[in-house]
Amino acid sequence: MSKSAILSSSIAKKYWMAFTGLFLSLFLVGHLLGNLQLIFITGEEGKRAFNEYAFFMTHNPLIKVMSYLTYLSVLFHAIDGIFLAIQNKKARPIPYAYNNPGANSKLPARQMAVLGSVILIFIVIHMSNFWWKMKFSSEPMPLHSVMVKDPQSNQSQTLYLTHTDNFFPTSAFETTPMAEAQMEIKNETDFYNKQVNIKMGEGYKDLHSLVMTFFGQTKPGFPTNKYALFAVIGYVLAMAVMSMHLMHGFSSAFQSLGLNHKKYNKAIKTFGTAFALLIPLGFAIIPIIIYLNK
Amino acid sequence: MKLTLKIWRQKGPNDKGQMVTYPVDNISGDMSFLEMLDVLNEQLIETGDSPIAFDHDCREGICGSCSLYINGEAHGPDRAVTTCQLHMRKFHDGETIYIEPWRAKAFPVIKDLVVDRSAFDRIMAAGGFISVNTSGNTIDANTIPIPKQDADAAFEAATCIGCGACVATCKNSSAMLFVSAKVSQLSLLPQGKVEAKERVLNMVNRMDEEGFGNCTNTGACEVECPKEISLENIARMNREYFKAALSAE
Ligand code: HEM
Repeated sequence: MSKSAILSSSIAKKYWMAFTGLFLSLFLVGHLLGNLQLIFITGEEGKRAFNEYAFFMTHNPLIKVMSYLTYLSVLFHAIDGIFLAIQNKKARPIPYAYNNPGANSKLPARQMAVLGSVILIFIVIHMSNFWWKMKFSSEPMPLHSVMVKDPQSNQSQTLYLTHTDNFFPTSAFETTPMAEAQMEIKNETDFYNKQVNIKMGEGYKDLHSLVMTFFGQTKPGFPTNKYALFAVIGYVLAMAVMSMHLMHGFSSAFQSLGLNHKKYNKAIKTFGTAFALLIPLGFAIIPIIIYLNK
Repeated sequence: MKLTLKIWRQKGPNDKGQMVTYPVDNISGDMSFLEMLDVLNEQLIETGDSPIAFDHDCREGICGSCSLYINGEAHGPDRAVTTCQLHMRKFHDGETIYIEPWRAKAFPVIKDLVVDRSAFDRIMAAGGFISVNTSGNTIDANTIPIPKQDADAAFEAATCIGCGACVATCKNSSAMLFVSAKVSQLSLLPQGKVEAKERVLNMVNRMDEEGFGNCTNTGACEVECPKEISLENIARMNREYFKAALSAE
């Protein structure tokens, strides 16, 4: 009894929606803080900060655990949500000839499954634009590099950003001049000394430039995105949908978990509304600023 | 008042059914909605048509018999009233009024506007009771001290008349407001606490089996409930269920 009760009853399904929904909300905060580096740290420093951050996020074991939890949460939340929506549709086989739901409830609350599905489509597109290219694409991702002129020879040289320690990747960060003549890049990011065939360091994938070109800027080594304006508009629209999802979802999750108390309801509602407005707004301004600064 | 009524007619459980239009005239604003339907039914009987079947009993707003989805809302546009307490002054001359039965898989239509709400009875039978013998040696109610807040909350929950407006109005046909009111009413009081765990598990289990949908916290039920049962009850049931699901043997 209690086993099926905690897994498959109508109320248990709602606990899972609420837990995963709140976890994803927490994830959004972290993700936003990371993304804000794109507009608050500018120039070479910004590029370096963001690529270091991206490296840390893809290599740190603790973050890796968190990222798998996030993937699982999205999947579980989406599958559970769609199952619930189908079940709910089935509970009323014959619809009303005339219905006036606006008289007793708000639109986002009634359209959570539609809003969620739009978010799901957005997540798939979003991950194929960045995450997929970073991790799986058959074309190697350009590495973080800078062109410098050697003052003596007056020759241009490419410097790559590398580090040598894998366990504490960010702490052992250094910029090493790796003349291409002596160096060979293996496995996309590993720098090998050609003569002695020893790994000298690991480069950073240039996610920063990928994002910047995606939203309309021009960066060396990256093809310009002709459809950047559409990418910006699509992103902003997706954030509007996210805002509506959270507008109902945030406080709803507390109710699902049984956290309803006269003393705190107003605070939860107010916080939820602020969260639903500010977090998506924070995400949305980033591509707009990138686009306007091209 | 002259009105155009669009009413769901269905001969029996297996009939397909359809909306049928009826004009009515000379409706007074002081009539209740059910009295207005009585007028229409007398017209129908006079012309040899079959009268419209609808549920009603006390006509005082306390029995929970009358239902009706009126102009897209359970018990019509007024708040905190049942259909028998809804007055025709809430409508205006020349208005078209849609009248439909409660719509839910768990509430099949029997005839016209009458639905079978016995799913609620089966949920009650699954756990909406306390198993103590109350006949014979009844003890004084005040021998057990009960905090006033608990007594008030239990009493508020107990005002639920089981009309089914929450199910009818919920976009998911969820029975959570009804079930949570019944769970709260019993488990807030000492006599009910004894069986609280099995009660909430069994009643929710039965609710799921009857084919009601899940709660999405839209809050529509609370707005349409003629007794203004609060969503707090649903949260309380969710808490109770969580504890019970984890700890019941
Ligand atoms: C980062 C992305 C997302 C966040 C932060 C999020 C957050 C939330 C939260 C907090 C809730 C309220 C849970 C409750 O009422 O107990 C919720 C509900 C819901 N979400 Fe999401 N969600 C996200 C993505 C999605 C996706 C991809 C889907 C896919 C279909 C989805 C579908 C739903 C549905 C259907 C509900 C309503 C469940 C119900 O009340 O029965 N969400 N979401």
